Amino acid sequence: MSAFPSAGISIATRSMAWLIICFLVLPITIVFAVSVTDRPYLSLPHDGLSLQYYRSLLTSRAWHTSILHSLVIAAASTAIAVVAGTLCAIGCWRLGNRASNAVRMLMLVPIIVPTVVYALGIYQFWVDLKLIDSYTGVIIAHAVTGLPYVVITVSTALAGFDPRLEQAALSLGASMGQTLRMVIIPNILPGVISGAIFAFIHSWDELIIVLFIAGRGVFTLPRRIWDGINESLDPTMAAVASVLVLTTVVLLLIDIAIRARRTQ
Amino acid sequence: MLSRLAAIDPAPTIGADPSRSSLARRLRVGGSARYWLLMTPALALMIVFYVYPISRVLWISVTEPQPGLENFELLLTSASIHKMLLTTARISVLTTLITLVLAYVVAYALVHAGERARRWMFLGVIVPLWISVLVRAFAWFVLLRREGLINNILMTSGVVDSPLSLIWNETGVMIGMVHYMLPFGILPIYANMRDIDQRCIAAARGLGATRSEAFRKVFLPLSMPGVVGAGILVFMFSLGFFVTPAILGGGKTLMIAEYIKVQILEVVRWGVGTMLAATLVIVIGALLAVLSRFVDLRKLFGSI
Repeated sequence: MSAFPSAGISIATRSMAWLIICFLVLPITIVFAVSVTDRPYLSLPHDGLSLQYYRSLLTSRAWHTSILHSLVIAAASTAIAVVAGTLCAIGCWRLGNRASNAVRMLMLVPIIVPTVVYALGIYQFWVDLKLIDSYTGVIIAHAVTGLPYVVITVSTALAGFDPRLEQAALSLGASMGQTLRMVIIPNILPGVISGAIFAFIHSWDELIIVLFIAGRGVFTLPRRIWDGINESLDPTMAAVASVLVLTTVVLLLIDIAIRARRTQ
Repeated sequence: MLSRLAAIDPAPTIGADPSRSSLARRLRVGGSARYWLLMTPALALMIVFYVYPISRVLWISVTEPQPGLENFELLLTSASIHKMLLTTARISVLTTLITLVLAYVVAYALVHAGERARRWMFLGVIVPLWISVLVRAFAWFVLLRREGLINNILMTSGVVDSPLSLIWNETGVMIGMVHYMLPFGILPIYANMRDIDQRCIAAARGLGATRSEAFRKVFLPLSMPGVVGAGILVFMFSLGFFVTPAILGGGKTLMIAEYIKVQILEVVRWGVGTMLAATLVIVIGALLAVLSRFVDLRKLFGSI
C-alpha cells in the first residue's frame, strides 16, 4: 500500500522522477553496447556484433592475474571482517550500554573518513613494516575498512533477535562458544551473509588504498581498470565492465532473495 | 556501499530484560567481560590498523618538515592550493545542490507511488549503487568524451558543429558525481518522507489550502530534516571523492583527494599531503558535529 494517495502527485513530477531514474540506470548500460563492438576502439558496433573482446578477456593473462589477485584479497579480507565484525556486533548488542554504543560508532569511522586519508596512513605504516605491495598488507587494509559493513548488517539482524534466547541457552548450561554457534549465529545468519557480500564488494571495488600500498606485485582488478582507462582505450575494458555489472546484479539478487526470506 | 545496508535499529532494550533472578544477574555480570572479549578482535584491528595510522597522518601534518603549523599556513598563502580548494568547494556545493533537487523529486515520487511502481523505482535506485564506481566512471567516460557517444549523436543530428567538451572539466566531473551521489541523496530523504504523517497534508487541504500551499507550508518543512541530513552526507562524500573526479577530470580539474595523492605519490611532499588530509578530516568532523544536532546520525546511516 502506498503511504500517500497518488492523487497528491502530478504527472509532471512523476515523469521527472522516472527521467531521473533513467539517468541513473541507462548510462551504465552503454558498457554492454560497447563491449560487443566490431571496431578496434571504444565505440558502438558498426557493421555487426562481435565477441572478440570477451574472447580476449578470456585469453588475457593480465586480466586473469588481476581477477585472481582481487578474488584472493577479497575472500581473505571478507573472512577477517566477517569474523571480527560479527563477534563485535554480538558483544555490543549484548552489552547495550554507552561504551558499546561508542564502539559501534567507532566501527563506522572508516565509512565517514575519506579513504584517501586512510590510504596515506596505512601507506606510511606499511613502509615501516615492509608490507608494501604484499597480499598481507592489502588484505589487512581491506578487512579493516570492510568491518563497518559487517557490524552494521549484523547489528540490524541482532535488533530483531530476542536476547532471552541467548540467556536461556546460557542458563541451561551451554558454554559461550556453544551459545554463539548453536543459538545466536544461526538466527542472524542472513545478516552475516549480507555483511559478507558488502565486505566482499568493498574489497573487490577498492582502488585508492591499492593505488598507495600495492605496486606491480599485487595488481588488483580495479587497479588494472584504472590503468586501462588512463593508458589504453582497449574495448576489452568494456567487456570487463559488463562482466562486473552482471556479477554485481547477480549478487544483488542473491541479497534481495536472502532478505525476502528473512522477513518471511 | 553504505547505502546498501538496511536500517540499524536502535540498540535493543537490554534494560527491559524480564529475568531478574539472581542467577540471571550473576550470568550477566560474569558475561560482561566475555562480551568485551568478543569485541576485542575488531577493536584491536581498528585501533592498530586504522586509528593509529590515521593519527600518524595528523601528527605528520604538524611535524613535517619541522614542528609547527607551517603546513597549514599554505592554506592561506599557496595559490595552487587555493585554486584546488575553491574547485573542490565549488564542485561539492553544486553537486550537492543538484543532487538534492533531483533526489527530492525521486523521493517524493517514491512515497506517492503505488506498490508496484515503487518497487521498480527502488530497484532503479539501488542497482546503480551496487555497481563499481570505476565502471560507472568508465561508462560516463565512454559517453562524454570528444569522440564519445553524446557528441556523436549531437554532431550527426546537426545540433552542434564541433564536439562539446563534456569531459576533463568541471561539467564532466559534476555529471559523474551527481550520478554517483543520487542514491545517497534519495534514500535519506525518502526515509524521512515516509515518516511524515499524511494526515497533516490532508488536514491542510481540508482547511482550504491549495495543493501547492499544502506542499509548501506543510510537507516541505516536514521533509527538511531528511534534506539536511542527505545534503550533509552528500557534501561530505563529495569532498573526499577520488575516483570519478580523477577519471572525468583527467588531471585538469583537481579536487582535494587527487591533489593529496599527487602530493604523496608524485611530488612526495608529506607535509603538504598530510596537512590537506588533516584539513579534510577536520572539515568533515565539523560537518558531522553540525549534522548530529539536526538528525540522529545512526538513523541516517541506517536509512541508506
